[in-house]
Amino acid sequence: MYNKRQKRPAAKKGVLGRVLKSLFCAYPKTTTFALFCITVNAVISSLPSIFMERVFTVVGTAIGNGGWAAYGGEIVRYMLILIGLYAVSLVLGAIDKQMMAVITQGYLKKLRLTMFNGMQDLPIKYFDTNKNGDIMSYYTNDVDTLRQMVSQSLPQLLTSSIMVLTLFFIMLWYSFWLTLVVLGGVAVIVFVTKIVGGGAGKYFVAMQVAVGRLEGYIEEMMNGQKVVKVFCHEDAAKADFDKVNEALYDQSNRANRYANMLMPILGNIGHVLYVLVAILGGVFILNNVMNASIGTFAGAVAATFNIALVVAFLQMTRQFCNNINQVSNQVNAVVMGIAGADRIFRLIDEQPEVDGGYVTLVNAKEVDGVLTECEERTDEWAWKHPHGDGTVTYTRLCGDVVLTEVDFEYEEGKPVLRDVSIYAEPGQKVALVGATGAGKTTITNLLNRFYDIADGKVRYDGININKIKKSDLRRSLGIVLQDTNLFTGTVMDNIRYGKLDATDEECIAAAKLAGADDFITRLPDGYNTMLSGNGANLSQGQRQLVSIARAAVADPPVMILDEATSSIDTRTEAIVSRGMDALMQGRTVFVIAHRLSTIKNSDVIIVLDHGRIIERGSHEKLLAQKGQYYSLYTGAFEME
Amino acid sequence: MIKKLARSIREYKTASILTPIFVTFEVILECLIPFVIAKLVAAIDVGDGAAIELKNIIMYGGILLAMSFVSLVCGALSGAFCAKASSGYAKNLRKDIFYKIQDFSFENIDKFSTPSLVTRMTTDVNNVQFSFMMIIRIAVRCPLMLIFSLVMTFVMGGSLGWIFLGVIPPLSLLLYLIMKRAIPLYHRVFKKYDNLNESVQENIRGIRVVKSYVREDYEKKKFDRAATDVQVDFTKAERILAWNNPLMQFFFYGVLSSVLFVGSYLILSVGEPTYSVATVSQLIVYGMQILMSLMMLSMVFAMIVMSVESARRVCEILDEKSTLTSPDNAVKEVADGSVDFEGVNFKYSKNAERNALEGVDLHIKSGETIGIIGGTGSSKTSLVNLISRLYDATEGVVKVGGRDVKEYDLTALRDAVSVVLQKNELFSGTIKENLRWGDPDATDEELVEACKLAQADEFIRSFPDGYDTHIEQGGANVSGGQKQRLCIARALLKKPKILILDDSTSAVDTRTDALIRKAFREFIPETTKFIIAQRTSSVEDADRIIVMDGGRINAVGTHEQLLGKNDIYTEVYTTQNKGGDNV
Repeated sequence: MYNKRQKRPAAKKGVLGRVLKSLFCAYPKTTTFALFCITVNAVISSLPSIFMERVFTVVGTAIGNGGWAAYGGEIVRYMLILIGLYAVSLVLGAIDKQMMAVITQGYLKKLRLTMFNGMQDLPIKYFDTNKNGDIMSYYTNDVDTLRQMVSQSLPQLLTSSIMVLTLFFIMLWYSFWLTLVVLGGVAVIVFVTKIVGGGAGKYFVAMQVAVGRLEGYIEEMMNGQKVVKVFCHEDAAKADFDKVNEALYDQSNRANRYANMLMPILGNIGHVLYVLVAILGGVFILNNVMNASIGTFAGAVAATFNIALVVAFLQMTRQFCNNINQVSNQVNAVVMGIAGADRIFRLIDEQPEVDGGYVTLVNAKEVDGVLTECEERTDEWAWKHPHGDGTVTYTRLCGDVVLTEVDFEYEEGKPVLRDVSIYAEPGQKVALVGATGAGKTTITNLLNRFYDIADGKVRYDGININKIKKSDLRRSLGIVLQDTNLFTGTVMDNIRYGKLDATDEECIAAAKLAGADDFITRLPDGYNTMLSGNGANLSQGQRQLVSIARAAVADPPVMILDEATSSIDTRTEAIVSRGMDALMQGRTVFVIAHRLSTIKNSDVIIVLDHGRIIERGSHEKLLAQKGQYYSLYTGAFEME
Repeated sequence: MIKKLARSIREYKTASILTPIFVTFEVILECLIPFVIAKLVAAIDVGDGAAIELKNIIMYGGILLAMSFVSLVCGALSGAFCAKASSGYAKNLRKDIFYKIQDFSFENIDKFSTPSLVTRMTTDVNNVQFSFMMIIRIAVRCPLMLIFSLVMTFVMGGSLGWIFLGVIPPLSLLLYLIMKRAIPLYHRVFKKYDNLNESVQENIRGIRVVKSYVREDYEKKKFDRAATDVQVDFTKAERILAWNNPLMQFFFYGVLSSVLFVGSYLILSVGEPTYSVATVSQLIVYGMQILMSLMMLSMVFAMIVMSVESARRVCEILDEKSTLTSPDNAVKEVADGSVDFEGVNFKYSKNAERNALEGVDLHIKSGETIGIIGGTGSSKTSLVNLISRLYDATEGVVKVGGRDVKEYDLTALRDAVSVVLQKNELFSGTIKENLRWGDPDATDEELVEACKLAQADEFIRSFPDGYDTHIEQGGANVSGGQKQRLCIARALLKKPKILILDDSTSAVDTRTDALIRKAFREFIPETTKFIIAQRTSSVEDADRIIVMDGGRINAVGTHEQLLGKNDIYTEVYTTQNKGGDNV
């Protein structure tokens, strides 16, 4: 239960390419220029050793041959070229860093928008089948590792790779044999990185799992802290905590040990390599060994090993190793970044909710007895129904809902609704009653097409709801759910969520209708009280009242109340029920409740059991029937 | 604050001290290695005419190998000790916080919210751990590296050392200025970033509302604004920090060119024999080390500054004093289940304007069944919370078994007074494990017996795994009514002298509810029972019913005495019976 995240699946191939491509597409010019800067800068950074070798050669010749007076000019010339190169490198470096900051943050913003916008368009099913925490970690953990990769690891990797390549060619220019020795050292470095770095990677994954377990445990215990106190369970909780905490320590210790050891090991392998090249160089010079290199072929480098060559080569060996180490160091970060990117892309690639609807909801007015579309906001709405032959018909929005022989299943082979038929005439109140899992909420999920039915038909004002554009269908339905969700903002903002252009007066009127005005005006800042953390500063009952007001301001012809008043105590409910009655006036209402007082005065009560309708009728009729409803009413059954 | 945080190091003290020691050795060696390298190069670069002595190369090579081996060992050991020290420190810190919270009273828990407690134990501890790691390793390494490298430049380079020394003040100043500008920006942007993520969370949780009201586009626009805001601030901060690198490069190039130029000049014009290709190239290595140390130091500084907030939040918990503790010479035995309230006033915090309970006087005999009824906010829960001393009365005395509750050992008191909280929780684990919270030593038979009383045995047996059924976090896989009955069974297992049910059967149907009460009457008649309920049917057969209103006792009496005579009771009764019962 503690394990919040599934084990990371291996990243798909081509993810890195996709990151680079999207990065490039986001800022084609800037990225190209930044790349140019990085490349030039890296090449320039590999050159000092050559200049040093030149200068030293000159110095060597100059000693005893006229000194500074004779060779000063040449040294100054070299110095000027070097300074010139440095100046270029500095400017390019500064520009590149500035641009990378812009690119990275711009790219991340675009990515976040793509993720968020894509997510908004996903079907409810996605949210029902994925844990909130998992979706959330795309935005936090995965975006963060990606940021690390894009802003630091990739540029660093690129710089180091270019320097490694440049140095490699310079080394080949000087000597094949010594290059071969260095390559041997590189092989060892790669091997060590794989062992030690791989070990670190393995334990970091294990550590992540341990972190998830510990956080899960902490969350559970903190939530139940009062229960712990009441049962004097503190010592047992401490003992359990110690176990999970110790497990995290083990993994964290191992992972960090490996990671911390990598740098000293790699650095010192570099030293070993240095000594090896030095000794071999000495031996070669002493024995006048023939050198072979691009330089010797070109005639620019002496045919036998000499001092200047070996000294220059040593310098390069050091630089080469340093850069190889840099690469090794970034590999882990890149691998983790790719895994993060892969998960992000998986979210982006999710199939959005499809909407084949073409019937739209428009403002209408009656002109000479004919319903016509109009621009201005009227109190009347109509369904605009374009037909295949080019004609358009308008149907008045009344709130007539008919379900005919509906079958539905969330998972294949596990039917949730079977052969359900419900007729709700405009203005009628239909109550759905039944035990948990009987299919009450499922019916409302089908009405607003959070899910699509498997078989049967749902008609709204005589129109098959599959033909209605989802956004227009949902605008015509108001839903108040048991789990209220409020958003960060003022109470007023939250009520206005139902109708974005509602005036303050309209919102207050809606709050009064819902019976919420009373407590809102008693809040410290009244309607301007800030709510945060899903309205944590309100009681569950108060949150429900706000969400009822939110639905009231939307003023839809059809309302679905799913346990909307379950957390409001009986005394308050008496007050609210007047508002609810006013709210339901003239609307088609589907109401789900476990309080029979809420249900009693419905026009039709439908009793569901395991997805089937087992009883249907008015309160009096059902009581007289002495069936399931009667047992529920007399309290012989649990309904929650 | 540092002293307080340092207290959690404990058994990792050795590792925490060994880390900087080995870091020091490593740094010393790293600073000597370029010196030896210079000797090695000099052994090859013997100058015109002289012959290379292979044994010199091998000697210096051997020294270098030996040194780098020792350096490797020191580096690896410091890394290993550092991992142990920092992981261990974080472990102890989390443990201290968790243990501390276990000693919190309800008042302490109310003060911090649950999410805030969770953040403090996770994110904040991570930040403090990271800083700790920085302090024992990098913060030791960098200044040492700086000093030793500087010393070596003077040793090797003589007067050239002044170039290096001269670079340090301006670079430090500039790095400081960059950090001074960047840190507040980062502070701000991280807060905005948190808000952004919170709004994502809100959207995921409230997706049904978003979609029902067709507010996808509205949410997208809102998110776009927030994301742009974060982007703008982040870019600003990163661009300031991005000057770090060119700045470093500038000074590095400056040092390199100067050393090369001045070095060459000195060799040629002054004829200084100390300078050679070898020394100059190694001086450059030292230069690099000095500059890198400075930059790292500024980064470490920034990170530590940014984690101060986390450290403060952690300390807040460690500093918190539990408002309730057992007295010395505490009474360990509760005589019987009698409860007395004598002139009790109670408010949740000193600053609260209104008393939650006012002028409560009550005397309840052992074995009585007391029903409590009243609207939301009438302080029903506050009243019973004083009995098991979850809170202390502000004025007046609460007695259990004839003694002031403050005289009892808390564990003894709470074992005798069993409370089924309104907002109750089951924990992930089997049903058996959950039940044994009440009594860790309960036999299986005792578990079944308690469940039978709570009318839970039947449905538990209907599960395929029976009493071994796994309960998910928060009891997500049982219905509300089942959860409440399991919670009652758990409370019964304590075999309490006083049993308090705080609206604990609201999701249980009236028939089962009645069966539970009947079982109480028959099987635990000597236990005093308090039943808080929304519906009058749950309290009708109580010995006495207390009607609460606005923190005061409005009336006390039997169902017959209250009905028709007490307005509130009568109103609740008639609404429920006119409108049908809650089910």
